[in-house]
Amino acid sequence: MNIPPSTGAALEVRGLVKTFAAGLPPALDHLTTSFHAGTITGLVGPDGAGKTTLLRTLAGLLQPTEGSVLVLDMNPFTQGDSLRDLIGYMPQKFGLYEDLSVLENLELYADLRNVTGEERERSFKQMLAFTDLARFTDRLAGKLSGGMKQKLGLACTLLGSPRILLLDEPGVGVDPISRRELWRMVRELASEGLTILWSTAYLDEAELCDDVRLMNEGNIIASGTPKELMDQMRGRCLHVANLKSQRREVLRKALHDPEVVDGVIQGSNVRLVIREVGRFPDLAAMEAGPDAVLVEVDPRLEDAFISRLGGIHGGDSALAAVTRPVELPASIDPEAVIEARGLTKRFGEFTATDHVSFKVSKGEIFGLLGPNGAGKSTTFKMKCGLLKPTEGQALVMGLDLKFSPSEARQRLGYMAQKFSLYLGLTVEQNLVFFSGIYGLDGQQQKGKIHELVEAFGLRPYLQTKTVDLALGFKQRLALACAVMHEPQILFLDEPTSGVDPVTRREFWTHINGLAQKGVTIMVTTHFMDEAEYCDRIALIYRGKRIAMGTPDDLKGMVVTPDCSNPTMEDAFIELVLRADRERETQVTQ
Amino acid sequence: MNLTPSLRRLLALCRKESYQIVRDPSSILVAFILPVVFLFVMGYAINLDADHVRVGVLREDPGPAAVRFEQVLSASKAFEVHSGPSREALVNRMARGDLRGVVVIPRDFSIRMAQGHGKASLQVLADGSEPNTAAFVGNYVQGAWESWQQGLARDQGRTQPLGLEIRTRSWFNPSTISRNFLVPGSISVVMTIIGALLTSLVVAREWERGTMEALLATPVTRTELLASKIIPYYGLGMIAMVICMLVAVFVMGMPFRGSVLVLFGVSTLFLGSALGLGLFLSTVMRSQFNAALAALTAGYLPALMLSGFVFEISSMPAPIRVITRFISARYLSSSLQTLFQVGNLGSVQGYASIWLLALTVFWIGLTALKTRRTLD
Repeated sequence: MNIPPSTGAALEVRGLVKTFAAGLPPALDHLTTSFHAGTITGLVGPDGAGKTTLLRTLAGLLQPTEGSVLVLDMNPFTQGDSLRDLIGYMPQKFGLYEDLSVLENLELYADLRNVTGEERERSFKQMLAFTDLARFTDRLAGKLSGGMKQKLGLACTLLGSPRILLLDEPGVGVDPISRRELWRMVRELASEGLTILWSTAYLDEAELCDDVRLMNEGNIIASGTPKELMDQMRGRCLHVANLKSQRREVLRKALHDPEVVDGVIQGSNVRLVIREVGRFPDLAAMEAGPDAVLVEVDPRLEDAFISRLGGIHGGDSALAAVTRPVELPASIDPEAVIEARGLTKRFGEFTATDHVSFKVSKGEIFGLLGPNGAGKSTTFKMKCGLLKPTEGQALVMGLDLKFSPSEARQRLGYMAQKFSLYLGLTVEQNLVFFSGIYGLDGQQQKGKIHELVEAFGLRPYLQTKTVDLALGFKQRLALACAVMHEPQILFLDEPTSGVDPVTRREFWTHINGLAQKGVTIMVTTHFMDEAEYCDRIALIYRGKRIAMGTPDDLKGMVVTPDCSNPTMEDAFIELVLRADRERETQVTQ
Repeated sequence: MNLTPSLRRLLALCRKESYQIVRDPSSILVAFILPVVFLFVMGYAINLDADHVRVGVLREDPGPAAVRFEQVLSASKAFEVHSGPSREALVNRMARGDLRGVVVIPRDFSIRMAQGHGKASLQVLADGSEPNTAAFVGNYVQGAWESWQQGLARDQGRTQPLGLEIRTRSWFNPSTISRNFLVPGSISVVMTIIGALLTSLVVAREWERGTMEALLATPVTRTELLASKIIPYYGLGMIAMVICMLVAVFVMGMPFRGSVLVLFGVSTLFLGSALGLGLFLSTVMRSQFNAALAALTAGYLPALMLSGFVFEISSMPAPIRVITRFISARYLSSSLQTLFQVGNLGSVQGYASIWLLALTVFWIGLTALKTRRTLD
């Protein structure tokens, strides 16, 4: 990667501590680092790592508890008035007024930043061209898509020509296509000399930055260019390819190998990270089959992150250990435990889901993937009985959710995006409540709660209020509540948004374990690496199913001479663009 | 336009706020529809005057004086007189709720009247389960009795027949129509809602939608931010005030004896304090839901209960009377009453203005203290 010559540190923090309330761990814990002018630096880490607090402190919006902050050699907290014109800060949710039009938002921020006269005309023209929003100047910001909102937010931040850009999770809620476009824009800005800080929870996104700070629990655990960080991992990343047996079982066994520090499923292969270069794990112990081979692959930033955090060990799910194998009644077709038949949902004129059909077989992990607003959430909600289809049928174990919703619901577990736990109740109270509504009582209830508390390591937190739990524990609790009644089918709606990669591995260990016990799983996700865990994926776009198959099938669909080894994200983008092109040709014909 | 940056920012923020008002149907509803509905409900439906109260009359005396007095009662618009055969029958009807009171004209009524000592007596039984009506029945029978006796005395050429004579004249509300104090009272309540409820949402909304963070990262100052939250809503409040006054005067037939200028001054000060209260709550709570609840509790309810609108302030316990001094609706209500019925009265509007100014400074000052340029 080509880094522009350093012109010195544009931003510098030394021994920075920020504490919000006594008794809580500090949001930033003696953080020292600097950011160079004219570069894009990625602040990467899970929710709660301190990314937003750091950005807000740099923007002069928070007073440091301890330590010093220098932005362009000024203190942003005390010299904010002189600095504000030089800093562009885009908060999460982009800071737009949803009831103002695109142009009105631009005008407001131009006035606030004192951009007037000719300069104003010029920058509006430039911004609208840059963001490709010129056609939408009269549209209310609230009616824009996630990607367009993000571009408008960036445009508003750029008014007044700041020298420093602080972007707080600009990629959240934005599909890969819009994210790629945003990168192009930001790259262009950096080449003009802007210093850009980009915070993200996606490690793959950070690979595109010039420089990276990996953050965890209020501190920086690694700094360097993505290349430096990834090179440290070179030779330690392997694919176990040509598997004959179940790849989930291979992964489970591989994680028991002392040489392995991390492992995930990638398409039909298992991807492993090993402790030291050259010390390979034992393929025989994994029972990977006679043809299995180890192939070295390129490292990813996530490998560096996980290995810094000590890696993960043991691929056994304590949850799966206490789950009984699913026995389906003979009347149910094991090839169609979940089935959608021409599933359609219209909201007035708008068709959110348009004749989507698929079958999911027993023990399969089935993923719904798609850009925001493409209709995957609507499809998902119809599948678990939260929305009634306008047309078509949503069947769960042969039962139509329209006619026997409660009977069907008793067999399915549902984990919602924001976990839908009662935050004011303690962990134990949540467990008792959810087991109660699924009809458990007496010894059975006590026994099940005990099992789950042990399986998820919730014992020390039983009396903790749920609101005070760390995100990872909230997620464990939510999963515990969703599987309380031992459902044969599990629905997961963006289950791991915002949690750190280690916790995400642990979560997928449980999900893999459940699938091996025969639980059928349907999941929506934004994470491309999460999509790799799925046996099959349906790609939903503009309400339609535009592709379906195994992750490798989807990748195979987009192989071209230019791109012989596409990633899941490449496949996603290419398939969506292809659908757009087909639609255009249909329209012009 | 050659504006200073500060003025340009303020104008931009005010414009933004106005767009938001115009595009949010609920604020239009609160500002334009609510006052009209509220005024009509308060002015017409709630009527503290009693008309056609059903009373029973038991005349035990067949004499001419007794007959005439019964006729006096029957002729009154206030009563719907039902004559009854016996005390028990009438009392039973009252117990059933059929009658609100019973007037007994005793057997010796005419004789005592004829003796001319003014010692004739009447018995009035009133249904105490509705104290207001009961008091009304008692007072009205007494009034009818007194005016009848005076008329009688005049006819007979006598002066001062009763020794001490009490004459009550209602000034400023000569017809003693309660609408004349209900309307100013309900205007005060409506204006409190508009002032406090609307502004209670506006700062909290910025926090909830994450736009406050973006604003704070621009060169906006605290003063500009506060002023931009007050000015548009002051405009909205004034429009609502004009609507209220137009409805009161031209639809409900209220007199207006004061000056528009005084009205403008008092309304401005009142809106300052009401907007200030709402802004303060919004700033402290940072959540639209909590702030709106607090605005209802701290604005609307006291305006209804403690402004002298429903309950007479002078009859409240002393500590509560002290609290009413901090309720701005009280001052608007009293000022409007005088402006409608009397005219400009320095002692009322001047006093009210001083208190309203103090409350405005208090709430806006407190809001300014709580408004931070940072997110801490």
